[in-house]
Amino acid sequence: MPEIAPLRRIVSKAVPLPLPNIDTDIITPMERIMDGKFVEFAFEALRFDADGAPRPGCALDDPAYRDAEILIAGANFGCGSSRETAVWAVKGLGFKAVISESFGDIFSSNCFRNGIVPVVLPAAAITALLDAAQSGETLTLDIERRVVEQEGGDRYGFEIPPLRRTALLEGLDDLQLSLRLADEITTFESRDRAERPWAQGVAMESERPLGTARKPE
Amino acid sequence: MTGTMFEKAWAEHVVKPLGGGEDLVWIDRHFTHDLSGPFSLKSLQEHGLALRRPDLTIAVVDHGVSTETGRSEASTPASEKLMPLYRDLTSQYGVRLFSIDDERQGIVHVVGPELGLCQPGAFIVCGDSHTCTQGGVGAIAWGIGSTEVVQVLATQTLIVLRPKTMLVRIDGATSPGVGAKDLILALIAKYGADGGSGHAIEYAGTAVEALSIEGRMTLCNLTVEFGARIGFVAPDEKTFDYLMDRPWSPRGEAWTAASAHWRWLRSDPGATYDKWIELDAGAVAPQISWGTSPAHTVAIDGVAPDPAEAPDAATAEAWRAALEYMALRPGARLAGLRVQNVFIGSCTNSRFEDLERAAEVVRGRRVAEGVRAWVVPGSQSVKRQAEAAGLRDVFVQAGFRWREPGCSMCVSMNGEKVPPGERCVSTSNRNFVGRQGPGARTHLASPETAAASAIEGRIADARSYADGSRHA
Repeated sequence: MPEIAPLRRIVSKAVPLPLPNIDTDIITPMERIMDGKFVEFAFEALRFDADGAPRPGCALDDPAYRDAEILIAGANFGCGSSRETAVWAVKGLGFKAVISESFGDIFSSNCFRNGIVPVVLPAAAITALLDAAQSGETLTLDIERRVVEQEGGDRYGFEIPPLRRTALLEGLDDLQLSLRLADEITTFESRDRAERPWAQGVAMESERPLGTARKPE
Repeated sequence: MTGTMFEKAWAEHVVKPLGGGEDLVWIDRHFTHDLSGPFSLKSLQEHGLALRRPDLTIAVVDHGVSTETGRSEASTPASEKLMPLYRDLTSQYGVRLFSIDDERQGIVHVVGPELGLCQPGAFIVCGDSHTCTQGGVGAIAWGIGSTEVVQVLATQTLIVLRPKTMLVRIDGATSPGVGAKDLILALIAKYGADGGSGHAIEYAGTAVEALSIEGRMTLCNLTVEFGARIGFVAPDEKTFDYLMDRPWSPRGEAWTAASAHWRWLRSDPGATYDKWIELDAGAVAPQISWGTSPAHTVAIDGVAPDPAEAPDAATAEAWRAALEYMALRPGARLAGLRVQNVFIGSCTNSRFEDLERAAEVVRGRRVAEGVRAWVVPGSQSVKRQAEAAGLRDVFVQAGFRWREPGCSMCVSMNGEKVPPGERCVSTSNRNFVGRQGPGARTHLASPETAAASAIEGRIADARSYADGSRHA
């Protein structure tokens, strides 16, 4: 379970990564998950060529963006596999926020569970922020006020579910939140067992040996 | 109340509303596999937490295991490392484990429905994005990350932002040689790889009704490739017929009550959705992917696009990168490209019907020289059924390898990979860079297209095999 630090405000340069559909296999290829080097080799195909040489011009390795805590990505960032290593790698590279037009739904959910804020903004705002990032501007991302601000004062408001916002601001995790609701869970569980017996009670107790079932063959 | 099936199912799973559209919801079933399972159970243990409902978690073995005939739990480095931990922890926590010595072993999303562990309207999660496959029997099923897995193990609940609802209507009769895989690839190509983002998708329409339950699972499988976590088909008589008498399906009075409830769950006439899109099934040809996103898909007689004609600069750059990775020039025809590998398997297309459709193309023919062609059945049950029906012989006589159930070449963590620079026509769901191994070039297609491509050694249009005239 990840340790989550409270996160209120990020003031940082932003790394531009405009390519759409960057999937979680690109962020953490299975080979790198298996050899444990998924942070070091995060975004491997974008950063290195087939011979392992660094690709010139990849913003992720550009010293101008050293210590950047914001990533601005093309649409549908983090699509694909549910692997949480993708979020750990983004976090491992030092990012605390990713801004995109859209995210893979599982990636987005995994971000929140690791104290990373996924910010969804419309295409026009992304274009402006990519330009700002490319010219080395420092952006301010305020979670409390739900706004991203450029140096010149242009600002873009974003939505974030209230509970997620509280969790980010206070560094809470879902497990703590739901363990506090243990009584409600127990009440639901007994009521549901009576109302939908096939879903929990009977179904799970009625296991038949496979050989006696009509299906599957 | 007039509601969609998703809304009704959601309402009956809310343990506690948490405001702002987020709810604490009850989880009916949780599946683990040999990649997500061992670490999640270990994490639970390290936190000193109890497993709340060991009976509602089912452990399977599919990702890391070898699919080689005569395999053991130590046949791959991943499996050798993970299996002792997995066995130990599932045993300590009292979780059912279907390993390779069990007649129920198979790919998690194949095994769940065939054992009757999946039910219409049930909330089902797994640390695997293709959990949405189980929507084929009407389950509300979605993939979760490993942190969420630990929460499910500890509390049997999750905190979830309720997705918006989307109706995808697919109407019309499909042409011969066009199946569920082609329909969903065509949908993704038309609306984009994020066309369903933030939504729970209900698939409906005459073309969806006409699909078998296995076809519906293929359709739902690629929901995540469409950007959504959840996709399902409301249960009908086909669903009930499929589920009745499965090993874990309710029986007797419980069946009567359950099936009445499942009928009630269906979306009411006049129910409204946040979004509604359509696809004309009659206009869909067999599909083949050219690039590195499932949205990079064209009809089998189509060509790779020209980045100069891309709608915007970012897409042009993505197309350029994809063409370079796939070693294709703009305007290159897909049909006729030489292939070195053909993979028929994965949670998308490894069920009995998939193998049957592929076998129809293969019967009496030979795999082309220089092509490594594999059939990897989705489960032991599928394998037994296919062997009993003579399909194994059809494939083996043609020169295919007939293997043990598992994820195999769809996820390159088990040593089963496509070599760098080689092409593979694959019935799986992801053509991402490196997905089938570093440098592997994946072309997604239906089982029929994969089978025809194995025979010709080139990407081929299976429709020319439909009447049995070609090479017969």
